[in-house]
Amino acid sequence: MDQQIYTLSLAPHTKNRQNLPVVMWLVVLSLLPSTVFAVYTFGMHVLLVILTAIFSACAAEYLFRLLLKRELTIFNGSAAITGLLLAMNLPPMVPLWIPAVGSVFAIIIAKELFGGLGHNIFNPALVGRAFLMASWPALMTTKWITFPNGTLFSSSFNAYSVLPKPALDALTGATPLAALKNVPSLAKSFDVHSQYNIYQTLFDTSNFKALAIGNIGGCIGETSALLLLTGALLLLFTRIINWRIPFSYIATFALLIFTYYKLTGFFMPYHALVYHLFSGGLILGAFFMATDMVTSPVTGKGMLIFGAGCGLLTFAIRIWGGYPEGVSYSILLMNAAVPLIDKYCVPKIFGKRKQA
Amino acid sequence: MFNPSFKGGVHPPENKKLTEERSIENLSVPHTCFVPVQQHIGKPAIPVVQVGDYVQVGQLIAKADGFISSNIHASIPGKIASITNGPTPASPSGLRIQIETHGNFTSEKTPDKIEWDKLPPKDLLDKVFDAGIAGMGGASFPTHVKLSPPSNVKIDVLIINAAECEPYLTVDDALIKRSYKEIIEGIMITRTILGVKNVIIGVESNKKRSYKTIKEYLKKIGEKNIKISMLKTKYPQGAEKQLIFSLTHRTVPSGGLPMEVGTVVQNIGTCFAIQQAVCYGTPLFERLVTVSGSLINKPGNYKIRIGTTIADIIRECGGLKEQPHKIVMGGPMCGQAVESTDIPIVKGTSGLLFLSKEESSAGRYANCIRCGRCVQACPINLLPFEIAANIEISRPECTERFSPLDCIQCGACSFICPSRRPVSHFVKVAQDYIRSKR
Repeated sequence: MDQQIYTLSLAPHTKNRQNLPVVMWLVVLSLLPSTVFAVYTFGMHVLLVILTAIFSACAAEYLFRLLLKRELTIFNGSAAITGLLLAMNLPPMVPLWIPAVGSVFAIIIAKELFGGLGHNIFNPALVGRAFLMASWPALMTTKWITFPNGTLFSSSFNAYSVLPKPALDALTGATPLAALKNVPSLAKSFDVHSQYNIYQTLFDTSNFKALAIGNIGGCIGETSALLLLTGALLLLFTRIINWRIPFSYIATFALLIFTYYKLTGFFMPYHALVYHLFSGGLILGAFFMATDMVTSPVTGKGMLIFGAGCGLLTFAIRIWGGYPEGVSYSILLMNAAVPLIDKYCVPKIFGKRKQA
Repeated sequence: MFNPSFKGGVHPPENKKLTEERSIENLSVPHTCFVPVQQHIGKPAIPVVQVGDYVQVGQLIAKADGFISSNIHASIPGKIASITNGPTPASPSGLRIQIETHGNFTSEKTPDKIEWDKLPPKDLLDKVFDAGIAGMGGASFPTHVKLSPPSNVKIDVLIINAAECEPYLTVDDALIKRSYKEIIEGIMITRTILGVKNVIIGVESNKKRSYKTIKEYLKKIGEKNIKISMLKTKYPQGAEKQLIFSLTHRTVPSGGLPMEVGTVVQNIGTCFAIQQAVCYGTPLFERLVTVSGSLINKPGNYKIRIGTTIADIIRECGGLKEQPHKIVMGGPMCGQAVESTDIPIVKGTSGLLFLSKEESSAGRYANCIRCGRCVQACPINLLPFEIAANIEISRPECTERFSPLDCIQCGACSFICPSRRPVSHFVKVAQDYIRSKR
């Protein structure tokens, strides 16, 4: 007789290979192209910022869990993602203590105090950014990198000598989104001919090219639209993220922004639309942060609503808000609405009769 | 590309390569068989033999106790050595009739085939009952019960389940390749018993050869009312309600039976057993089993006598490469892990898998990260993670509003969970809690 006792368990006896660490490290991998590109464009300081953010996030999680005698979860990669995403939301030239403080705040306050991975309500990286934004607004909005031509645009802005000097300064001293936001009020003080020139300058093909490739001022991770989309494709392909959130986010935003520009009689509405889509943190936010599994709805319908809400809020902040960019705040606000969305999006059970 | 399917589901690694191309082999008859009296859903059969009696192959050794029960027959000729409790798939201590080989095998001669189409449906049904046939897909519901729907129910489609969506298992596939003629005849008998005209056979798209074999045969004999449909390869395509939806777009109501939407579902192996029982009077005393997994030396599709212990099967299949982590009866998605090799195979055992730790262990589980994959995978549209979360913090009373009783225990949620949470296990706990309260 065989005395061996074999392992007993309920079915299933096989598991999907894509477990938690695989998911998390694939997300890191998908962010790698834009990270490397950021280091290449903005210089080595950016690498230090990223490493500091990741290291502090991991260290904060490790020490906190050690202190509370909880299971150490450092290798599942979630802390690393928080650090990396936070760094991608920072201006390139911030002093190194900024990412450190932000990461620690993100991990401890926004994640571990809620009960660790899976229990946090808000996206930790975005909470970290919001905290930094509220505490050190000057550092968070001025530490941009200027290109050799002295502007935030790598393209040949100065070639447009036809532009009045004050207008040129106003456009080139800001991030692409700030420039766009300033344009209408700026243009008002000039004659029609100069107005035309101002818009022509801002919506020059070289600028769109720079937006797509990422040769442009802005936060570390948000500049290269193409590389971000490459990473996003990897995540969509491996089914780590669902298409619903990015789709409804970007579609809602695009629809609203286009309608707005059309209705207000903006000079070049199509250009403005594309400019909006490719600048700022929209792509980073829609594909990498709004899709954070923990803080987004679980049902298909809920995801569509969540994305649409993010799109609406981003539109509102970019057009009417005090900040040029609204991606992170709109995601945070929608995070708060997730339990409500989930409550009202319970799918209909297969074969369930209608309640009598 | 657009094969019919259902919503939800998962794509587990198929692992059918191990046995896919193996034709059916007979496993040599074991020296001793332990035939459990409970091999089906319903009441256990009542033994009708005494210790010391001599039995022939196919002789009735335990008779059905009431309508929802099933006859049990001797699977080897010999002497009844004991009728005692021992490990069975249904229970760690279930009643088993032990038969020691004795005497001769000469009586195992195929009788002449009878012409069943001259018999009334009632007689055919009696033959199915006598043969002790129970669903061979795994659930083992007595077949004669399924084939006698109440008179006020109108059945208009008979569905034949050849989806075989479980990884590793290839018995249905192997059986179709060898015995497609007998299967079609069995389907015709089943159709006659039910008084139904239309039949749909569902095969997953990863078994193209079987699909073609049947399709060509149906064309050859000019049978127009039996159709075969190629289904999307997706687990759990072969689950009853999902299969009915994929093939007919009818939705079986929650807590209801397939006959409520005018359908009866039969496993393809059961159809073969029906044909054998009706045409030759052969009772169900042996069945096909896929013996597979990375640790068995000679994987294959074997014809095995019911009551053969796992230990005997291991010996006949060339032994094990190393000690398995788990031994699973059935498929890896909803099969049953067994604790010892003294357990015999029964009518519902479609597979026997010897799995290594890497293949079968989930390891420790982590927090739910609310990724929603279980929600997307659930073929019933439940919120498995919510049920699991409430069970984890010992609040089973809070699970009722998430309808755990609708769960079909397919295991797709546990399979897909990146945190490796035993989600379907938690749902089962919730089910047991709610049932115990009623």
